[in-house]
Amino acid sequence: MLQTLGRTSLAVVGELGDFALFAGQSFSSAVGSRKLGRRIVRALYEQGVRCLPVILIVGLFTGLVLGLQGYYVLNRYGSTSVLGELVALTLVRELGPVLAALMLVGQAGSALAAELGIQRNSEQIAALETMGASPHAYLVAPRLIAAALSFPIQTAFFSLVGIWGGFLSGSLLLPLSGGVYWSSVHLAVRSPDVRECFLKAVVFGLLTTAICAHNGYNTHRRSRATGARAVSASTTRAVVLSSIAVLAADYLITSLLVGT
Amino acid sequence: MTVPASAPAASGELFLAVRGIAKRFGENAVLAGVDLVVPRGSVVTVLGKSGTGKSVFLKCLAGIVTPDAGEIRFDGRALDTGNAVASAEFRRRCSYLFQSNALFDSLTALENVALPLEQTTQVPNAEIRARCLEALRQLELDRHRDVYPGQLSGGMQKRLALARAIVTRPELVLFDEPTAGLDPLRRNSVFEMIAKYQRQFGFTAVLVTHDVPEALAVSDRIALLDSGRMRFQGTPAEFAASADVAVHAFRDSASALRDTIAAVRRGEALPSEDLP
Repeated sequence: MLQTLGRTSLAVVGELGDFALFAGQSFSSAVGSRKLGRRIVRALYEQGVRCLPVILIVGLFTGLVLGLQGYYVLNRYGSTSVLGELVALTLVRELGPVLAALMLVGQAGSALAAELGIQRNSEQIAALETMGASPHAYLVAPRLIAAALSFPIQTAFFSLVGIWGGFLSGSLLLPLSGGVYWSSVHLAVRSPDVRECFLKAVVFGLLTTAICAHNGYNTHRRSRATGARAVSASTTRAVVLSSIAVLAADYLITSLLVGT
Repeated sequence: MTVPASAPAASGELFLAVRGIAKRFGENAVLAGVDLVVPRGSVVTVLGKSGTGKSVFLKCLAGIVTPDAGEIRFDGRALDTGNAVASAEFRRRCSYLFQSNALFDSLTALENVALPLEQTTQVPNAEIRARCLEALRQLELDRHRDVYPGQLSGGMQKRLALARAIVTRPELVLFDEPTAGLDPLRRNSVFEMIAKYQRQFGFTAVLVTHDVPEALAVSDRIALLDSGRMRFQGTPAEFAASADVAVHAFRDSASALRDTIAAVRRGEALPSEDLP
């Protein structure tokens, strides 16, 4: 029992250390890498532009549901005038960064883990190593930089569309005045809220992309599966760990910011 | 019985020297002290049955797999994990042709060939393009420069991988089963290609293959890997004349198969040790 606990703890610490080295190496390798800009643009397209429809759809429905639920709850206390504040702050501070990150993990993160896993299996990563090129610089660094840029933009779109969704629910489907809704939004959202939103988005973007890349890159280390099964296992693990990391990091950042 | 290695051909100085390379995966000792000598400018072929560790051995040479023991000397300098300068120098001067080609399927043929130059050198972009187009032209792929690897035939993919391997003007090229999965005609053309471009570019080549007649034709030296060690090293003539049991079995596998099939057709029982 004690032996198993010790072995597991060592494995977890080892994995965390390996992950930290991987992320650090990926960032440092970006310095001086040729044609990095072109690869970042490609990654921005894959992680940003291609994921935008999902972000907009999920953001809209999240706002619609928030507006609907919020209106009926607030109506009990005669406070429907603060519906805009409820929807906007919930989205900007919490649901926007978290749900956008989870959506991006599902679409771009899983694709990244699978792509790197296949590249590992088909020896493309080994080919880069034998050339003397850095696989971290070529394959991982552009994705990390693109994530740091695209996650805040995606989160902003998510939150904005969500706030519009709340307006559709409260003022078009339900009898709240549009002016009251937008005025409430305007009065509630302050720059620290927006800063919190963007801080979370950048942290989630870097964290989830690094986790997905780390899992895909190390597909060959999966001792219980090989080939396609290893890619599948790495992708699943990447999505699960990223999702947990988003929620844990969200709690941590919120605790720190609320404390200050 | 282990046949001692003959001295390398007098034509070239020693370029790559491997001594006592060992590699174990868990309980499985794949390499148990492998030696190999590769003279400069020569073609050395490592033969061996499937699963004897030929590819692992080549990956140890390329630095993809770290050996547990042994020494690799490249152009007089020892390569080891602690010697980053020598390892970087080795990678700059060496290319590896993967059995699977390891081409990037999201890059065009031209982009694939340009990759090592873009990522490892400071050569100007215009010169990279000129060198890549020249490499594609030499390998008769210039018409396919904007095509993705998946749209090329197996033989063309092999040539594209070779173009990528030679574009950096390496002094040593490692070929991992370059003819695996190819039909006899394509197999011949790959060996012709290796002989032609080795002569044209003057690189030293280490090949891993199962194809004995072709290997004998193209190589300056032959090595036979068996049970984790080099069972034989020598010239093709020495290989052809060797009385060693393992060499004999490998060299005469085609005639042995003909004899076995004839015996089966005559209704004679196969000895149990001959069964795979």
